[in-house]
Formats: sequence, structure tokens, C-alpha cells
Amino acid sequence: MAPFVGAFFTVAVYLILSKAIIRMLLGIAILGNGVNLLIFILGRVTPEVPPIVPNGLSQPLGAIANPLPQALILTAIVIGFALFTFLLVLGYRAYQELDADNTDNMRLAEPAATPKPPLSY
Amino acid sequence: MATQTGTHTELDLPQAMLETATAVSEWNLILPVVIALMAGALLAMIRHSRGSQFGFSVLAVLVILVIEIDLFWQVLETGPVVMTMGNWLPPFGISFAADIMSASFALAASFVTLIVLVYFQAEIVPREVRHGFYPLVMLLLAGVTGAFLTGDLFNLYVWFEVMLISSFGLLIIGGRKVQLDGAVKYGFLNFLATTFFLVGLGYMYGLTGTLNMADIALLAPSAPVAPMTAVAAIFLLAFSMKAAAFPVNAWLPASYHTPDAAVSALFGGLLTKVGVYVLLRIMIALMPASRELFDPILTTIAVITLITAPMGAIAQTNLRRAIGFLVIGGIGAVFAGMAIASLRSVAGATFYAFHSMLTMTALYLVAGLIERVTQAKDTKQMGGIYAANSPISIMFLILVFAAAGLPPFLGFWPKLLITHGAIAQADWLLVFAVLFNSLLTSIAGTRLWAHIFWRPGREGAHSEIPNDHLRKLNPTESRMALGSTMVLVGVIVVLGLWPNLLFESAGMAAGQLLQPQLYIEAFGLQGFSPDILSTGGAS
Repeated sequence: MAPFVGAFFTVAVYLILSKAIIRMLLGIAILGNGVNLLIFILGRVTPEVPPIVPNGLSQPLGAIANPLPQALILTAIVIGFALFTFLLVLGYRAYQELDADNTDNMRLAEPAATPKPPLSY
Repeated sequence: MATQTGTHTELDLPQAMLETATAVSEWNLILPVVIALMAGALLAMIRHSRGSQFGFSVLAVLVILVIEIDLFWQVLETGPVVMTMGNWLPPFGISFAADIMSASFALAASFVTLIVLVYFQAEIVPREVRHGFYPLVMLLLAGVTGAFLTGDLFNLYVWFEVMLISSFGLLIIGGRKVQLDGAVKYGFLNFLATTFFLVGLGYMYGLTGTLNMADIALLAPSAPVAPMTAVAAIFLLAFSMKAAAFPVNAWLPASYHTPDAAVSALFGGLLTKVGVYVLLRIMIALMPASRELFDPILTTIAVITLITAPMGAIAQTNLRRAIGFLVIGGIGAVFAGMAIASLRSVAGATFYAFHSMLTMTALYLVAGLIERVTQAKDTKQMGGIYAANSPISIMFLILVFAAAGLPPFLGFWPKLLITHGAIAQADWLLVFAVLFNSLLTSIAGTRLWAHIFWRPGREGAHSEIPNDHLRKLNPTESRMALGSTMVLVGVIVVLGLWPNLLFESAGMAAGQLLQPQLYIEAFGLQGFSPDILSTGGAS
């Protein structure tokens, strides 16, 4: 599964390096999924039984699948989804207000023609 | 490994579970975060009643402040405090932990928030209150405090995201075009940084099977060196982005000047310092072996950040953008302390971060006052405030000296410690960089002072004619904004003149970082045998 993570990251990096906000957003979304898959693999994927303790016992029988990465990924998915949604709306608002889907044209905060530094003193 | 006979009654629970109730004193650790979160939720519910919001939020921050002062004394007297939730013993349960560094940073964060809340009364816009200014500030404080006080890496990631999403909200709350522009850059780059953090965290879990900070400090030496170094490199990238260190700092001067001055001040004081805090924690306490490998990299980052940032400030004409570059310069000083990593220099680094939280907030607050008086954002349009409003000019000069590190102000002492550490190790490049940074920062600051305060009028042909665009502060502004800024500057001056407590606590904080035994013992982990872990971690 590791090559999949590599592919996700490659696509994500390619998209994020673009100047169009929408492509960058897609890149962010794919990167998030790549990272989730990565955490899943790093918890070791095993063809084992679910981590359920049989009734009346205090520990599971035999080896079990690792439940922790799934908890981590679930949290990361929720958070990533919230932030992605925010960035999506932000990108749309920026498109409406600034009339720019291209970061090259978004120069309000950092004007392209910066005034020369004051020469007095 | 499973024993079929084991039942709940036969199990020896104390191995994995806490069976006693949490001590009252330990609640101090979690209460600041809980109160901030609850207050944020409640303020969001009553966001339409304008009158009660301010009073309620100030009350909440005051309570948090009192609790954190108590926590600070507790840590100072008895060493690191740990509270573990859900009865699972560390490393299984999620713990909150405070040593002196985290307790003092959390204390500074809530104090700064209190000042900013009062200051905001002068620039209040009803629409922004309705859109949730106060809840967002409380959630930001919850995120920052949580990040300082947590003892678990994944929990730290969650607090980072709490902080991030509330800072997004605060950044765009006025809805001006320039804010949207700044927020796009801030948003994308910071989101990327936290994603890198998540990548590093995943690898850390895969390698050591734990995410508890004390446990990582125990297990890191026995983990394979090359992959651990890669993890440390990912963390270094992620938190350098958060801290705005040299090659990855473009988002800070692009966004910090766009929101209201009060929000700028809050960001300048809190956000980058969280990145710095985590770097100090990870590089010094958790993965010292990897830090030694990174020595040349850390030195390079420190030197370039220290020297380029004030140059950026000299070149800027937008006042708050110039201050943004001064914030970055301070990060370089912390990196210098981290690169040397002796007791003195780490003490200097934590001291510097503490000083920077207070001083940078105060600088942004004074910049907001200057913008109110001159009704301009560009230093070319400013001038002549020295005659019109001398308290502002005195405060600005004090803060510039504090930021540059000139005695007797607060910034001098941490820079003294860092330089002393660098001389002791004969690291002349860093000695030069720290001192040259002081020179450049004082040039940048005094140039700003000369242009804004000393020059009678605006730039160009008007420069000798008194500035006719100046206005007087109205009573609310002088009471709330000027008053709160004066209190903050007063605290900075007093701490600069009597730095003994800070010296002592910075020294102890550095000791606890460099020798994390006390921190690990507070978790109850010393002597915890790793083979118990191998059954609980990755199988």
C-alpha cells in the first residue's frame, strides 16, 4: 500500500504547486487522504480479527488488529474536512471579492509595486 | 498471549489503570482549557447580546489567569505536574502535563488575551461582535493553552487545529478584501504545516508505538536512528512553518497586518510562539540525538532568520508589516538558543519566547493606536505624533528597545543568555548573528520611530509642516486602548528591571528540558519496561 501513499503525495504536491486556488484545494484534499492512509499503514495492516474482547474475558484471544490508528484517522478526517470546507468557502469568497482564482493576481495584502522604503534618516 | 482464565476481577488493574480520584491540585492543568472552551461555547450562544459579552469573556480570562498563576507556582515549587484523563495510565491515557516552560507560556498567553480583550473595546465594530469575535478569541486561547499544556502528540495536533480554525475566523472577521487575500495565504500554508505535523506524527507512532511525550523521550534513544532523524526533520519543517522561521515564513508578513490591530496583536503574541514551544519541546527534550545531527541546519536557519527579518522591517513602509518582520526576527533568536542547546542558551530561548509574547503583542497594540491617531497604515502618511501624543511615542520607543534587546529592557536578558551560551561554545557565527540582529532591529525600530514620531509632517513636501491629519483619541480609546497598552508596557518594563524571577524560572525550564527525567517521572513512566508496550502498541 505504500506506493499508493506515494502516488497520493505526488498528485497532491503537483496540484498544490499550481497557482489556481481550486487546484490547490484539490491538492490539499488529496494530501489529507494520503496522510490518513499513511497513518493507517504505519499502524501495521494485519489480516487479523477486530479488536473485540469476548464476553466474560478480560483480553482478546490471540492477535488483533490495531485499533489506535483508526481512532487517529477518524479524528484527522473530521478535522481535515472542517478545515477543507472553510478553505473552500474562503476560496469562493476570495474569487467573488477579489475576482481572482489565481494567486498571482491576489496582491492586495502584498502590493506588487511596493513603495520604496523611506530614504530620509 | 491471551489467558482464557483472566476475568475482570482477577486482573491486576493498577498496572494499566488509575484507581484513585484525580487530585484537586491536578485539576489546575485542565481547567484553563475547559473554562476557555465552555466560555467560547456560551459566548457563541449569547452573541447577540452585546453588553454581556465583554464582561463575561473578561471574567473567564481572569479566572483562567488566576488558575494559571497557581499552576505556575505549583510547578515552580514541586516540579512538573501531570494529569491523566479517563483513568488509563500513561502511555495509554491522554495526559496533560506542565513543566515550567509550558506553565509560564500559558500564563503569558492568558495575560496577553486579557489585555487584547480590553483593547478591543476601543475598536469595537458591532458587526464583528455579532459574527463571533469573543467566542473566537476564547477558542483561540483554548487552542493555545491546550497546545502548551498537553503531554500527548496527537492531542497537540488537535489543539493546533482548534487554534488554526479560530485564527481563520479572527483573520477574516471584518470581511475586507485585503483580509481575504491574507487569509488565503495564511490558511493554505498553515494547513499544510499541520498536515506535515500529522505525517511526522504517523511515522513517530509507527516507529515507537507511542505518542505520549514522556514515553517518546524514553523510547527515542532505542529507536532506529535514520528513520527517527527523518521524523525529526518533518517536525522541524512543520513547526518552522508554524513559527515562521526563515525559508518558510512568507505567510506571516502576508497576513498579520490585514485584520484589526487587536487581532494582529493576539496573533503576533500567541501563534508563532506555539510553534516555537513545540520545537523546543521536541528538539531539546524528546529527540536530542536528532537535534545534534541538525545542528548545522538549525544554525543556518537561526543566522538567516536573525539577519534577513529586520532587513525586511527596514524596507517596509506599512507599519504593521514592518512589525511582522520584527516578530520573525525574534524567532531567529529562539532558533539560535536551540542550535547551541546548552543550559544557558535554552534558558535564553524560553525566556526570549516569553518576552516575545508580551513585547510583540504590545508593539502591535501601539501600532493600532498610531493608526488611530494618524488615520493611516503607511509610515509615509504618518508623522508628528511626538508632539500630539507623547505616551504613544514613549511606549513605542521602549518596545523597540525591548525587541532589539537593549538594556535595561526585557529583551536584553534572554539575548544575554543566548550570546553567553554561544560564546561559551565558541560559536562566533551565532554570536555575530544575534548581536547584528540587535543592531538591525534597533535601526529598523528607530527609523520607524523617527518617521512616525519625530518628523513633524508626512513624507515629501509636507515633511516640515505639522501633520494636519492627526486626530485626538476619544475618551473610550484613551481609557481602554491606551490604558491597556500602558499596563502591558508597564509589565514589560517592570519585568525588565527585576528579571530575577524570570531568570530563575527560565533556568529551571531549561534544566527540565535538557534533563527530562523529572518530566518523565511526573508521568509515572520511569522504569516502565518497553516490552509491556510491544503488546499494547503496533503488532
